[in-house]
Amino acid sequence: MDTALHKTMAEAPAPWGRVRRSRYIADQALKVICTLFTLIGAAVLGWILLMLLVEGIGGLSADVFTQTTPGPGSTGGGIANALVGSLILTFLGIVVATPIGVLAGTYLAEYGKSSKLAEVIRFVNDILLAAPSILIGLFVYMLMVQPMGGYSGWAGGVALAIIAVPVIVRTTEDMLRLVPGSLREAGAALGAPMSTVIIKISWKAARAGMVTGVLLATARIAGETAPLLFTALNNNFWFNANLMGGVANLPVMIYQFALSPYENWRELAWAGALIITLSILALSVVARLLLRKDKVR
Amino acid sequence: MSSIAVSASSAIGKTAAADTGVPVRIAVRNLNFYYGDFRSLKDISLDFYDRQVTALIGPSGCGKSTLLRTFNRIYSLYPEQRADGQILLDGQNVLSPSIDVNELRARVGMVFQKPTPFPMSIYDNISFGIRLYEKLPKSELDGRVEEALRKAALWDEVKDKLRQSGMGLSGGQQQRLCIARTIAQRPEVILLDEPTSALDPISTGKIEELIEQLRSEFTIVIVTHNMQQAARISQFTAFMYLGELVEFGPTTKMFMNPSKKQTQDYITGRFG
Repeated sequence: MDTALHKTMAEAPAPWGRVRRSRYIADQALKVICTLFTLIGAAVLGWILLMLLVEGIGGLSADVFTQTTPGPGSTGGGIANALVGSLILTFLGIVVATPIGVLAGTYLAEYGKSSKLAEVIRFVNDILLAAPSILIGLFVYMLMVQPMGGYSGWAGGVALAIIAVPVIVRTTEDMLRLVPGSLREAGAALGAPMSTVIIKISWKAARAGMVTGVLLATARIAGETAPLLFTALNNNFWFNANLMGGVANLPVMIYQFALSPYENWRELAWAGALIITLSILALSVVARLLLRKDKVR
Repeated sequence: MSSIAVSASSAIGKTAAADTGVPVRIAVRNLNFYYGDFRSLKDISLDFYDRQVTALIGPSGCGKSTLLRTFNRIYSLYPEQRADGQILLDGQNVLSPSIDVNELRARVGMVFQKPTPFPMSIYDNISFGIRLYEKLPKSELDGRVEEALRKAALWDEVKDKLRQSGMGLSGGQQQRLCIARTIAQRPEVILLDEPTSALDPISTGKIEELIEQLRSEFTIVIVTHNMQQAARISQFTAFMYLGELVEFGPTTKMFMNPSKKQTQDYITGRFG
């Protein structure tokens, strides 16, 4: 037995060395190319961040957070009004968008499923998701700014909400679809009506993902400029109590100040850009941590 | 309508009593089931006896789980699935549109193949079903939760962590949690769909012991692929093949001396 084995092994052709060298090279080449292009992408991002830090940090001071935006030709000033305005507009947008997005996403995942209506809504939602944001600005201009006779924070909030809704619809649906059907069956098997199954089981199981979706939508609209150009516009003062008239906000402030001939304006634009980028970064990190925590549990 | 159903069932009850001395809890009559156009149960008629364990056996795809899923109409979550015929629970046809499915499901509990703890605390998992139909003061609810966990032989393992997530338990514990959740509602019938196929032998042993104990209170129907399990824990066995009921009888007779050759072949492992 032992000798027979040795004999056949000796007679068999060596199995090694049959893979051609070119295959190894192609194999390695793909790895190198993929790594290289990943690095290029990351480098561009890093460059932007670095530039922001270098140019923005110099402009940061207590004044930035306490003073309002300066008029043309004046010195100093801050962006406090734009910061607060951005917070208000983003908050308005997300407060309007969250219930619509979450409920529509719930409809798609739990009720509509693959029905004709659900397919149509999904398709329209995808279009809205990819729509140029300036179109949405123009739409709200016609819808609200013209009839109301002027720019307003309300119009800005609505424009931002229209940007956020499709994002929330999509993430809500995706997250609810990840909830196993067996959980819904188990709920139904206890005699729970569908509404109870959705609210107490599906939403609970998907809540980290759904909250993440809302946070990502917040991050998205916090940096939107185009929809605000035609709606909330901007100004150099604190907002009116009724939010009528222009409301100062970071993205439009950055857009206007960065292109200005005034040195202090450009410096404030950099500071604003840094602040907004860091805020969005923080939101994204929180969103990711939430998701990870849910996976571990 | 209901008086006819009652008299029909009492007639069935009498014949059953003559055969076995045990009253019938669920009487299935001429049941057909369809997935879209596919007919997966063919004219099933079968009795399930009160406070007995009935095992449904047969090769994969024979319709045993499908049959189980008709008793609480859980199939109706899926619009393309439908059943016709009669399933008389205490004389009432549960397939009748006038039956409230949620109420039916509170009376006919179900435990699934994979443990399905809800993403909430152990306590909330158990109280979920109770709260749907009963408004109890906290102390009474606590009592019901404890009672259910004790009956499911899980109390000693979880009594100090009732507020922790049910998802943190082991697979066997999760399955006993699901059984506790079901019995907390005080159903009449418990349906078990391969409840141990995802568990290790020790957890399986515990669940089998549990089923034996629960038999004094509940009518139990269990789908299993495990022949020994059917022989160990059931008093009656139904053998199904290709959507038809091949043979039904007391488990000892089915395993020792089946009347049909197909049953004999399946039980001895010659096919299936």
